[in-house]
Amino acid sequence: MTTEHRSVSDQVMQTFASLRLTMAVLILLALVSIIGTVIPQGQLPPEYVASIGGEQGNRFRLYGLLGFFDMYHAWWFQGLLVLLSINLLACTIKRLPHVWRIATRPDTTLSSAQEAAATCSVVLDLPESINRDRLTAAVTAVAGRPVVTEQDHELHLFVQKRPWARLAVYGVHASVILIFIGAIIGNIFGFKGFVAIPEGDTVSSFTDRKGQERPLGFELRCDQFTVSFYDAPGGGPSQMPKEFKSILTLTENGKEIPGYTHARLIVNEPLTYKGITFYQSSYGNTGNHTFTVGTTRLTVSSEETAHLPDGSSMHLIEAVQDVSPFLPGKSGPAARIDVHPANSGPAVTLLSLANYPEENKREAARLSLPIITYQGGTERPYTGLQVNKDPGVWVVWIGSLLMCIGLYVAFFLPHQRIWFRFGHARLVIAGHTTKSQAAFRQRLERIEQELKATLQQEEKP
Amino acid sequence: MISGSLMNATTIFYMLSTLAFFIYMAGRNKQIGLAGSTLAWTGFAIQTVALGLRWKESYDMGVGHAPMSNLYESVVFFAWSIVLIFGIIDAKYKYRVIGAFVMPFALLGMTWGQLYLPSDISPLMPALQSNWLTYHVISCFLGYAAFAVACGVSIMYLIKAKSEQKGDEAAGGILSVFPPTRVLDDLNYKAIMVGFPLLTLGIITGAAWANYAWGTYWSWDPKETWSLIVWFVYAAFLHARFTKGWVGKRAAWLSIIGFAATIFCYLGVNLLLSGLHSYGGM
Ligand code: HEM
Repeated sequence: MTTEHRSVSDQVMQTFASLRLTMAVLILLALVSIIGTVIPQGQLPPEYVASIGGEQGNRFRLYGLLGFFDMYHAWWFQGLLVLLSINLLACTIKRLPHVWRIATRPDTTLSSAQEAAATCSVVLDLPESINRDRLTAAVTAVAGRPVVTEQDHELHLFVQKRPWARLAVYGVHASVILIFIGAIIGNIFGFKGFVAIPEGDTVSSFTDRKGQERPLGFELRCDQFTVSFYDAPGGGPSQMPKEFKSILTLTENGKEIPGYTHARLIVNEPLTYKGITFYQSSYGNTGNHTFTVGTTRLTVSSEETAHLPDGSSMHLIEAVQDVSPFLPGKSGPAARIDVHPANSGPAVTLLSLANYPEENKREAARLSLPIITYQGGTERPYTGLQVNKDPGVWVVWIGSLLMCIGLYVAFFLPHQRIWFRFGHARLVIAGHTTKSQAAFRQRLERIEQELKATLQQEEKP
Repeated sequence: MISGSLMNATTIFYMLSTLAFFIYMAGRNKQIGLAGSTLAWTGFAIQTVALGLRWKESYDMGVGHAPMSNLYESVVFFAWSIVLIFGIIDAKYKYRVIGAFVMPFALLGMTWGQLYLPSDISPLMPALQSNWLTYHVISCFLGYAAFAVACGVSIMYLIKAKSEQKGDEAAGGILSVFPPTRVLDDLNYKAIMVGFPLLTLGIITGAAWANYAWGTYWSWDPKETWSLIVWFVYAAFLHARFTKGWVGKRAAWLSIIGFAATIFCYLGVNLLLSGLHSYGGM
């Protein structure tokens, strides 16, 4: 192939199959990946947005335009991954046939080119009288059964180990593509969502990433949710949680599913049914609470924001029905709430006690708010579950396994070839290996020593 | 606790070993080189016992887990891994002087851990209670350790290559104990051949664990992303030797940059960036 007559498609192929491109893409991927570890991704914290000039700021708009806030899904990042894949495929198309030939149809004779490329070689002087059978038997004894070829009055013997190890690198390369494919399958056919179930309740749907309700196809009941704590060094429970545990029962059309009644779900031990997997991911309390604000009675749920008559709004931070463990000397229900004033000034936090109207009055005066009195409420714990379906995950694991095996074989189980060429009373031994030269040299030395011992010695009359 | 005193002893042995290697580099006295290796192996043996004891002590306290769950435990395990990988290379190739460029990493880790980090054994939060933690940490840190060795060897390569260029080889001095650049290049490659599969395994076990705990094997959290950055750099290194213009010095630099990225992945992400691995609660 002369350089002048290369067609355009040839040149394109050359570029896409080149290792220089591989180096460029890998280093570029490493460099640009840093961006997303420094700039927050996805949901932006308001402080961050403010710190780079807000949504009106030039920097904010530039970052948004370049997709820096979701950069691993931006077109240019995905484009780099596609380029890497094309590079891999082109390289494979270009090289695999050659490697396949080496693995399946070895050169069984020692050419001068092979001799020059050998990892190591030696020459032994042997009596000319040694015949084909003698040599073959001796080589078989020390190196394994050879392929014997006679060419130009010379005898060529060839042995090899693990020719298939040549394909390992391509296994590693294929595994990269396989992992990409698994990720794509998961993106197209899978979903991720969330469901919160108060203790005792049953749900049959979950909320996906886009905020849409989607049916599960079966029902899920939370029988119980508990948090247990480690023992403190001095005895009694500490603040350190030991286990978050949900007890769940799955039903289909109201009938309990065998094996899924009162099933245990804890962190690191997910529960899977019909391809949908549930993970213990959060917890909290839910319920209704009654307040009086001035003269108005108000019912507030644990998660929602309630609007007060004067235009301000409030939400509950936490509530207890007996405050005595937290405020010694006091008793009865208590709630801590945030109030956002109507004029969108800063929010204030206050404590409201059911049995101590004086204290509430004092808080109201201090913060110039109406008097807010907590009347009490009922609360149940809820369990928050991540809901996932990912039919591509097996492809990713198979790819990962292939990558590990491929790397191991490519680095530690080299393809070894040894040629013996005998003619004119000279035996040339040449060996080639893809890795582990030192061990291979030792093997060759041993072979040389043993051949010397068996062939040179015996001939002496 | 006994394990704590043994860790202190380990630190002292690593310090003496480092010192011996420095003296060996300057004076080329074979006995001192041998002493450097012996001190390193002794420290390693003591540390192995200390790690085992710490493991047992955690069970005695009723919070049993492998000693690899917080910063102190990880940095100590990192030092142990570095000495292990160095020890293997030392036993196999007998280029003692490499110790002068590798043992300081282990010494630095031990000193930081023993002097500045809280070494209490604490119970594991729910997300960390998994066997995957052990597999993940072992493979990652053995990989990091191999990269530390590769980095030390690469620094030697660059120093040696520079002096060979200037042609003052005959002058003898410190550099004459250095292995030839060809050998250093080969050792660099061999260390990364060990480190890269281990890092790959570390990333995969991490992904498997994340999938068990949270239902996603990959979420582009800063720690995950940095481990991938490290992986890209060493993947580039592995292809450098087949690429025109990339062999030799450039490959040595890739190895050094790779280790800098490794250290950032290990420490920088926790100290400077935020994410899942800061374990700030559920
Ligand atoms: C992330 C992607 C990649 C990974 C993980 C990877 C992995 C590997 C590994 C582990 C080796 C063996 C290295 C050695 O023996 O020292 C290798 C060799 C090689 N890779 Fe890649 N590679 C990737 C991408 C690519 C790409 C895009 C190309 C395209 C040109 C490529 C071309 C090659 C070639 C030509 C070899 C040498 C094969 C041989 O020894 O005959 N690799 N690769």
